[in-house]
Amino acid sequence: MTETLDLSLYARPMGDGTLGMELAVEGIACGGCIGRIERAVRSVPGVTEARLNFTSRRLHVAWSPGLAEPAAILRALEDGGYHGHPFVAMRAEQQEAAEARSLTRCLAVAGFAAMNVMLLSVSVWSGNVTDITPETRDFFHWASALIALPAAAYAGRPFFASAWRALRSRSLNMDVPISLGVILALGMSLVETANHAEHAYFDSAVMLLFFLLIGRALDHAMRRKTRAVAGNLAALKAENAHRLIGGELVSVPSAALKAGDRVLVKPGERVPADGVVVGGKSDLDESLITGETARRNVTSGATVYAGSTNYSGALTLRVTAAGGAALIDEIEKLLEKAASAKSRAMRLADRVSRVYAPVVHLTAALTLTGWLIAGASVHDAVITAIAVLIITCPCALALAIPAVQVVASGALFRANVILNAGDAIERLAEVDTVIFDKTGTLTLPEPRVTNMAALDPGLLQVAARLALSSRHPLAVALSREATTRVPFDEVVEEPGQGVRACVNGIETRLGSPQFCDVIITKISQASTICLRHGKRFEVIAISQKLRADAVEVINCLRGRGLDLRILSGDHDEAVAPVAAALAIGHWQGGLKPAEKIACIEALKAQGRRVLMVGDGLNDAPSLAAAHVSLSPISAADVTQAQADAVFLGEKLKPVLDSIVIAKRARVLMAENLWLAAIYNAVAVPIAIAGAVTPLIAALAMSGSSILVTLNAIRANGGAR
Amino acid sequence: MNVLVYLVPIALGLGLTGLFAFLWALRSGQYSDVDGSALRVLSDDDLHDGRKTKG
Repeated sequence: MTETLDLSLYARPMGDGTLGMELAVEGIACGGCIGRIERAVRSVPGVTEARLNFTSRRLHVAWSPGLAEPAAILRALEDGGYHGHPFVAMRAEQQEAAEARSLTRCLAVAGFAAMNVMLLSVSVWSGNVTDITPETRDFFHWASALIALPAAAYAGRPFFASAWRALRSRSLNMDVPISLGVILALGMSLVETANHAEHAYFDSAVMLLFFLLIGRALDHAMRRKTRAVAGNLAALKAENAHRLIGGELVSVPSAALKAGDRVLVKPGERVPADGVVVGGKSDLDESLITGETARRNVTSGATVYAGSTNYSGALTLRVTAAGGAALIDEIEKLLEKAASAKSRAMRLADRVSRVYAPVVHLTAALTLTGWLIAGASVHDAVITAIAVLIITCPCALALAIPAVQVVASGALFRANVILNAGDAIERLAEVDTVIFDKTGTLTLPEPRVTNMAALDPGLLQVAARLALSSRHPLAVALSREATTRVPFDEVVEEPGQGVRACVNGIETRLGSPQFCDVIITKISQASTICLRHGKRFEVIAISQKLRADAVEVINCLRGRGLDLRILSGDHDEAVAPVAAALAIGHWQGGLKPAEKIACIEALKAQGRRVLMVGDGLNDAPSLAAAHVSLSPISAADVTQAQADAVFLGEKLKPVLDSIVIAKRARVLMAENLWLAAIYNAVAVPIAIAGAVTPLIAALAMSGSSILVTLNAIRANGGAR
Repeated sequence: MNVLVYLVPIALGLGLTGLFAFLWALRSGQYSDVDGSALRVLSDDDLHDGRKTKG
């Protein structure tokens, strides 16, 4: 039966009468791919535009409606050896792109202003110690004001807006002292310039904005980069569902399914949405939902959940909950509770600024009253108080933590960890207990051949190549061992039994023991698949396999003094061997989501900081309940959304790396805070004494900012 | 010192030109695909009136 592909969900009108679509493209290796992909797509009749963004690996296509089919575009890509995955950019991503552009504009304006004002200021400073005339100095000051005032009004908006929001909600953040410092410095300089004074602080105000904007822009760029990668991965994971309309099959993206749709799920495919079976019977692997590796038998009337894998027969479903909203009730309830109960760990920067801002303002007020009592004029007292505000303006402090965060999240990105939550680094650093889920976390998400050593390598290759011709999950698992990805010719599939073909003139069969005429004597935990090659035969065991570096990583984690545990939804007999192999003493199997949360809550009550690593839908509530959480990229969508960070690849090492990088980053954050504190301890008495000139302010500010930034760069090392 | 009266504005004007050039480049998407632009310059697809050629 031919099946049409309906991608109308992704097509958007482009304004000039054409339709447009974004595709995440897989398989781009080098610069030559740009031309090849664009040529291939443009050669599809009706396509008006194709442009590949090499940085984000995304292709923008536009076509005239009616003249071209989006499905033809995907086919053109496939023919070129690439895979295109249509996607709709998340709103958060679009917002961030707009925000990043506005930040870059602010940065450009601040940079321009800082350079030019500095040029004028240096002339004034050198003139003040030589022979500058008061008229020239006033001219330079007015020119500085002309540059600095509009520039600060434009480039300072991100800080002013954030400070205003904080004040309106009756709280203080770091942007309040920053905004106050900038506004007062500019105001005071203006007054002083009008009075023909020797000093003006236009340069301090603009430089402060410039330095802080650099930090913010870098932070934003890093976040956008990780988000773009996460968006592409999500598009790669999206699967198509076969919707039955009348008697016809239409392939639609799972996200387009609605409640009430009828869907066909073929063997080897994932169930695209929650639903009720209305026809057919099969075995389902629900390990992604419950962690249970034993398969469940389903027939008409059974409820099935999105994310399960269909093993043996074709099923017809009636969708009850659509793609994105698919969630088991119980998990949904637990999730809500866990997420709201999650102790709102205050971010380090906020904690510091909550203490810092009042101290600064109080110091300035005390300076003012102190000088007044000492008999200084109101003018001098106000100027000194403002100088205190400017010098304490937390340039170094405001950079101390973000700078480390930028460098550390870059290091995490290279270690294949993508951060979801901004403060995950701080929370990861505090971890003392790590709880692992078993299925899909300690083990690989897909089953693998486990008795490799006992097999004849030649026969294994024959079996693996033969397996390429079947969609059965066990065959798919076996086919991963094939070194050549070319299937044999003329392979015949016997539904429910296996595949057969003629290999080197010998009748060869792959499938159930009966089909291959093999008698299995030893019954093991693993699923088995048999190969018959003439007179020779092999019994291939396939089951969940530990991630390749699991033992090594677990030992390293233990070496770092972390308490390791396994909490699994799978039955005890399946968990015990894994726990034994990893020498983890504390393990529990057969846990329901609520019981997992109870375990975590008990640990939290002992004052422990728990890192939960899990992938199943059943883990989602525990991820929300834990202090911090990690999830492999193969995890269920809901679970991934709950995790503070997601790691890629087949190895467990990212878990170790993320803890190492986070701990190192935390140390550097503390160091940076100390550096900023020392700077203040030195600079503030000078300011209170009224001895701060603009030159001293500029040197102190840039010196301390550069110091904390250089220190932050050290967060890069140590991971590898 | 009178020379400053027109030298400073000229310097500022030059600086502003640079700033607006950057803002224009930003708006017209010159920075949206930094890696791709570096590679596109090597491709000679545009030599034949935009028509595709073999090789």
